[in-house]
Amino acid sequence: MEAHWEPKILAFLCNWCSYAGADLAGTSRIQYPPNIRVIRVPCSGRINPLFILKALQSGIDGVLVSGCHPGDCHYLSGNYIGRRKSATLKRFLEFLGIEEGRVQFSWVSAAEGGKFSQVVQEVTEDIKRLGPIKRFVKNRVQGV
Amino acid sequence: MIQQKIREKAKELLSKKEVDLIIGFGEGTLPLRATPIFIRTPEEADRLIWNSFCESNLAIYLHKFSQFKVGLIVKGCDARSVIALSLEKRFRTNPVFRIGVPCQRMVDRRKVKKAVRGEILEAYEEGDQIIVKGDGFQISLNRDDFLYHSCQVCTHRNPTHADLLVGDPFEESPLLEIPPEVREFEEMSSEERWRFFEKETSRCIRCYACREACPMCYCRECFVDSSRPKWLEKSLSPSDLQFYHIVRAYHQTGRCSGCGACERACPMEIRLTYLTRKLNQDVKELFGFETGIDPDAPPPLSTYETEDRQEFIK
Repeated sequence: MEAHWEPKILAFLCNWCSYAGADLAGTSRIQYPPNIRVIRVPCSGRINPLFILKALQSGIDGVLVSGCHPGDCHYLSGNYIGRRKSATLKRFLEFLGIEEGRVQFSWVSAAEGGKFSQVVQEVTEDIKRLGPIKRFVKNRVQGV
Repeated sequence: MIQQKIREKAKELLSKKEVDLIIGFGEGTLPLRATPIFIRTPEEADRLIWNSFCESNLAIYLHKFSQFKVGLIVKGCDARSVIALSLEKRFRTNPVFRIGVPCQRMVDRRKVKKAVRGEILEAYEEGDQIIVKGDGFQISLNRDDFLYHSCQVCTHRNPTHADLLVGDPFEESPLLEIPPEVREFEEMSSEERWRFFEKETSRCIRCYACREACPMCYCRECFVDSSRPKWLEKSLSPSDLQFYHIVRAYHQTGRCSGCGACERACPMEIRLTYLTRKLNQDVKELFGFETGIDPDAPPPLSTYETEDRQEFIK
């Protein structure tokens, strides 16, 4: 392990709320750890569990999925559908033996720049505590 | 006798042209095996059998024959798979005529083979005994000691929503407390569970027999075969094997009837049903859904309640 290991965290942010929330955090000059790499998705319901698994397999240390608060989905029910997928996937991964906290979920609205920063801080701390991913990983991505 | 009743009913349905064909079980070419057969004329109906080796889930053939009016012999698990498939609109044009047979629980041929020294040349049932004959030996085994694990924990032996029931329904209760292994795994540490999963999947040769045997695995292009995007490589690297097994199981969420066809098909004897059983248990706990019980309830991952649990979301 490298002496100064920093976790790589992949964040799937929904276009309508969480991505705008991250944008707000940025424009408001709110600080948050630079460990996350953001992928903008149309909706948290768009998240295919394969995305999360592929990320972990590629050596990403943690994944955050964030979408609109319940009732606020731009597509009305996308986040509700996503919530069911997340609930079953999270339990299943933990049952298999992937550490709790590797994959996390949050609701962040477009007005919650502060909450976004806080969520990223919490997730980064959790992943730092867990250390680099060792189970399931195949090739560690370089330079990302 | 159940076998006789099945034959009579098959003859009746075929001669009245209520169905075009009957999918049921026939004598296998090897001892301890039954094979799926497709009966099109009343005369052929005498080839149908019923015993403790009729283990396959016949629901898998429905799509292939969906242009015909099919009469299907269903056990409890097959019947639930039929409902799960019909919820996913796998056969819309012709409803299936389900000939339900309450299941006496099926016998695990591998357990029998392990209990016997030498090759088995003949095997048949007599009451609750299995008589096994080979070169120079003949022994009788207690049927209940050689059941499939998925059958031991089964709580739905009576076919749900069958059009006709052959034989008397059984009282529904598992032989073993359910699900003992899921609880056993939950007591393990995360590390131990991962080691176990790693050890099991490391034997995988990626023959995909588990996928082919499963009535719910019907995607025209499976994610493992997809080249764009290429989700996983065609290697036997441990991580790719794990990837395949995680997703194969996860794709069964809210769809698995727990028939155990995947585990039975596996030539490497990899434990697979503990994964789907865990998912079934979660779906029941989270969404109050059980596969194949209610023919009108939508599949749990294609619907939602605004009040679904979300304590895990920040």
